[in-house]
This record gives sequence, C-alpha cells and structure tokens, in this order.
Amino acid sequence: MAASLDAAQGLSHRPPGRPVRAARLRLSGLFWRHPWAKALLLLAPPLLAFILVYAASLVALFVSSFWTVDPFTSELKHVWNVDNYKTLWQAGAYHSIALRTIGIAAAVTLADAVLAFPLGYFMGRIAGGRSRAFIFVAVLLPLWSSYLVRVYIWRLILDDKGILNWTLQKVGLPAANIGYSNWAVWLIFTYVWLPFMILPVYGALERIPESYLEASRDLGAGNWTTFRRVVLPLALPGVVAGSIFTFSLTLGDYVTPLLAGGASSQFIGNVVYDSIGSQQTPFAAAFAAVPLAVMGVYLLLARKLGAFEAL
Amino acid sequence: MEPRSTRVVLAVWSTLVILFLWIPLALIVLYAFNKSNVQSWPIPAFTTHWFHAAWTSEVQTSLELSLKVGAIATGIAIVLGSAAAFGVARFRFFGREAVSFLLVLPIALPGIVTGIALSSAFETVHIDLSVWTIVTGHATFCVVIVYNNVLARLRRTSPSLIEASQDLGADGLQTFRFVVWPVLSTALVAGGLLAFALSFDEVIVTTFTAGSQNTIPLLILGYIRLGQQLPVVNVIACAMITLTVIPVLLAQRLMRDTGVLRRGAGNVTEAVESAQVTAV
Repeated sequence: MAASLDAAQGLSHRPPGRPVRAARLRLSGLFWRHPWAKALLLLAPPLLAFILVYAASLVALFVSSFWTVDPFTSELKHVWNVDNYKTLWQAGAYHSIALRTIGIAAAVTLADAVLAFPLGYFMGRIAGGRSRAFIFVAVLLPLWSSYLVRVYIWRLILDDKGILNWTLQKVGLPAANIGYSNWAVWLIFTYVWLPFMILPVYGALERIPESYLEASRDLGAGNWTTFRRVVLPLALPGVVAGSIFTFSLTLGDYVTPLLAGGASSQFIGNVVYDSIGSQQTPFAAAFAAVPLAVMGVYLLLARKLGAFEAL
Repeated sequence: MEPRSTRVVLAVWSTLVILFLWIPLALIVLYAFNKSNVQSWPIPAFTTHWFHAAWTSEVQTSLELSLKVGAIATGIAIVLGSAAAFGVARFRFFGREAVSFLLVLPIALPGIVTGIALSSAFETVHIDLSVWTIVTGHATFCVVIVYNNVLARLRRTSPSLIEASQDLGADGLQTFRFVVWPVLSTALVAGGLLAFALSFDEVIVTTFTAGSQNTIPLLILGYIRLGQQLPVVNVIACAMITLTVIPVLLAQRLMRDTGVLRRGAGNVTEAVESAQVTAV
C-alpha cells in the first residue's frame, strides 16, 4: 500500500505528456462506452487458443475412435465404423479391466471419505485458529508434492523387504506382502488423492452455522440425531465434491497401476497407453471414452446432490 | 459443543491421518541417504554420497528442460488465465459458464485423454515433438490455475472501486496500476507459482508430448520402471519433496493476503476454493 502511494506521488510529479494522456483517456472512454470491445479483447486470445488447440484435438480424437488402422501399413483409414466400440463390448478382458478400474475408483473414494470426514470435522468445527491453519498446511503440502514421488515411496514401503513387512514382523504379525497387487494400487490411490477429499469436506463442515446445531438440540435431538439429521445432510455436498476428484483421478490414471500394480492390475489407462504405443490410436480413443462416459454420469448425479455449490 | 470423548477421538483420528500423509514423505528423505543400492528397510548405512553422484548430465539436461517448460508454460498461463478471469469476472454474457467449463476441462478430464488428444493432433498436422509441444500440453492445464486464483480474487474485490477510480479522473492504465494491480498481484504470483509447481511435476500429458526428451518426472519414471539408478531417484525425490514446500507455502501466504481491498472475510476460504478447483 505504501509503495503504491509513493508511486502515485511519483506519477503526479511526472505527469505524462498532454497528448498521451488525452489519448489514454479517450481509449478508456471508448472501452467504457463499448464494454463488449473490452470483453472481446480479453476473452478472444484464451478462448481462441483453447478452441483451436485443445477442443479441436479432443473432437478429432473422438472422431478418430470411429476410424480404423490398416493392420498392414498401420495407416489410419478414414472409414466410419463402430468396430472399436464393438471390440470393447464383446471382449470379456476389457469388461474386467473396466470393472476393475471403476471398482477400485469407488473403493478409493469410500476409503478417502472415511479417512477425511472425522479430520474435516475436527478441522472445521473443533480445532482453534492456529491448529486449523497448521492442519490446513499439513494437508496442502502433500497435495502439491510430486505425485510420482509419492507413488514411488509406497513401492518401497510395500515391498516384501520394505518397512511395512518389517514393522508387522516386529509386532509379531504375519507379513502383508501386498506389494505389486490390487491392494497396493488401492492403498496408493487412497493415499495420493486423500487431500482432495479432505479440503471440500472441511469446507462444507466449516460452513454449517453453529446455530443450526443449537436449534437441533433445543428441539430435543441428541448428539447422534443432530449428526445424522443436520450435520450429515449439510456435509454431503462436500463429500460428493471430494469424491469427484478421488473417483475421476483414479479412473483416468495409469501410472500407479504401472508402477505398483501386479500382473492383473491393468486399468483402462494402461490399455489406452499400450494401444497408443502400438499405433492403435482409434482403439485407444474408444476405450478412453469409457471413463469419460462414466464421469459424465457421475457428474450429473453429483449435480443432483448439490456438489457443485460445495466446490 | 461436542462431548469431550468425541473431541478426543476426533483429535486422535486427525493426528493419525496427518501421520499417514506425512510418514511416507519423511521416509523418502531417509532413503535419499541410503548407502546401499538395494532399497530395503531398515536402511543398512547412511551416506551423503548420492547427493553428489546424482548430479549427472542426464539429470542436468532434464532439469534444464523441466525449468524451461515450466517457465514458458507459466508465462502463457499468466497471460491467458488472467485475461480470461477478467473477462468472466467483469462481464455478463451468453455462454459465460461455457468459458469456465472449457478452461477447467484439461484438469477435469483424465490426463491421458488430454495427452493422447494432443499427441494425435500434433501427428495429424505434422508437428514434430519438441519443447513447444510439451509447453502446449502444460499450458492447457496451467491456464486454469491462474484463472481460478485471479477469478477468486476479483470476485472478492468490489467493482465500485474501479468506478470510483474512473470518477476521480484516472484513465484505464492508471486504474489498473493503482487500483487493480495492488489487489491482483499476489493472486497472480500465487497462481503462477502453483502453475509452475504443477508443470514441474506433470507426468501423464508430458509422456505423450515429449517424444524422446526427458523432463525430470519422465526421467525418474523411466529409472523406476527399469529399476535402474534408484539411489539417484531417491535423491531427486527427496529434492522434489523438500522443494515443493517453497512455492506452496509462498503461494499460501500470498493467497491469504487478499490485498488492501477486500469484500467479505475469509483467508482460508479463498485458499480452499482455489486449492480445490486448482488441484484436480
């Protein structure tokens, strides 16, 4: 503030030349009278860049899912057909991969909700200002720290010779040996996306006015009833908002199954990745449409539950 | 007020969840000092040798590429993201929601979709993969970070201040310099820092837009997959974890400082809002 005041005084010492100033005022006036010109000037560059580069690529990708690749020349043949989708529909292997992906995404979401809710409640309604700020940073830092590094460290933890088995052995329990399995994939996803669940759940719980809870008690509800009938319904949009992240991020991932999964941990993303590697772009595009469709349905449901207001 | 027992249980649960989040991060720091080539537990002996040994030419080349891509992508994101935020915050027009939707798309869709869409588009129009294709990929998802930060800040700033500035005779440039900029600058820096952090860490889109080049995450992904150079991976991992602290804490501080002119309260709220939308 002080700096800008100094600067303002500096400006009054050295006013811009009259014609320049007049031109600037005229220009400002012009934009004031024609706000759409200013809006156009601001919005055109980002929108054009996004439409020409990003949206166009997406549409082209979707269109290419209805084409095929010549098996001999591996050239793209622009013949309209739904063969790629037929293959997906008919081959059982792809069903189980899709089901595994969706199933693990759902399990991750559930685990994150269970872990996050009490923490969000503590953060939003019990902790004081300082400890709240501390927890906030403690959740935010893992969220922003490298995804790849966090997956890698879990590989070391869950390895047969890792710290998990060592700890279990020390306390006299049998070794877990869950490295390179679907359990590992589930656990790692739960870990990696947890902060994305905590933040919206905390946000939703923090916003509930204390007076609602007092009113509920005045009307004779016990703690449990107040929780079930007042807190839970008001917090639900936050949980659903968090679940959008945990669910969709798991659904589209391929790095964690690749690095930490076993032989039967393939996700939709892995098949897409491999198809691209073997020049089967149309098939990859078709399979990539599956998580998009699932997310589309999920987002519609989430909107019904009021998750977007909690975002 | 919740009963005491409930509060204790919640406090314990919260502590455990925070530990769950942080123990792995602490472990990666320990592993960076692991003397052995084998990454098992307990760590047999400690050394600082790898910190020196990790500075290979491969790592240097990748680091250079990562920094370059991050800087350019962040620059593009700041220009396009803040322009879009101003447009959306200040004007009411048909399709306003569609703008937000379009900008959020790259982080709302799975990274692999963005990645394969861009790579097949580059192939179709015969653009060879280069620094610029990586930058294009990163810029698409960095724009929304800046956009969200700037938009959140603008929504908290009363538009009447700008009118007041104009009533007092300031032209557009002066209004921007003395009214808008002091409010906006911290949000812009915060958004830029987070965009850079995101770009620096990105794996999936980069895989499809990098060709034979390696950014730091691609380099260590390759090492991890092949089980090679794991001590080097440990050191880079440790460095990445400790270095994230800087931009994130800085951005966090800057977001809390909502500038001189604020409408409505809430420092944490703004941070939560931008972190959430940002972080997809």
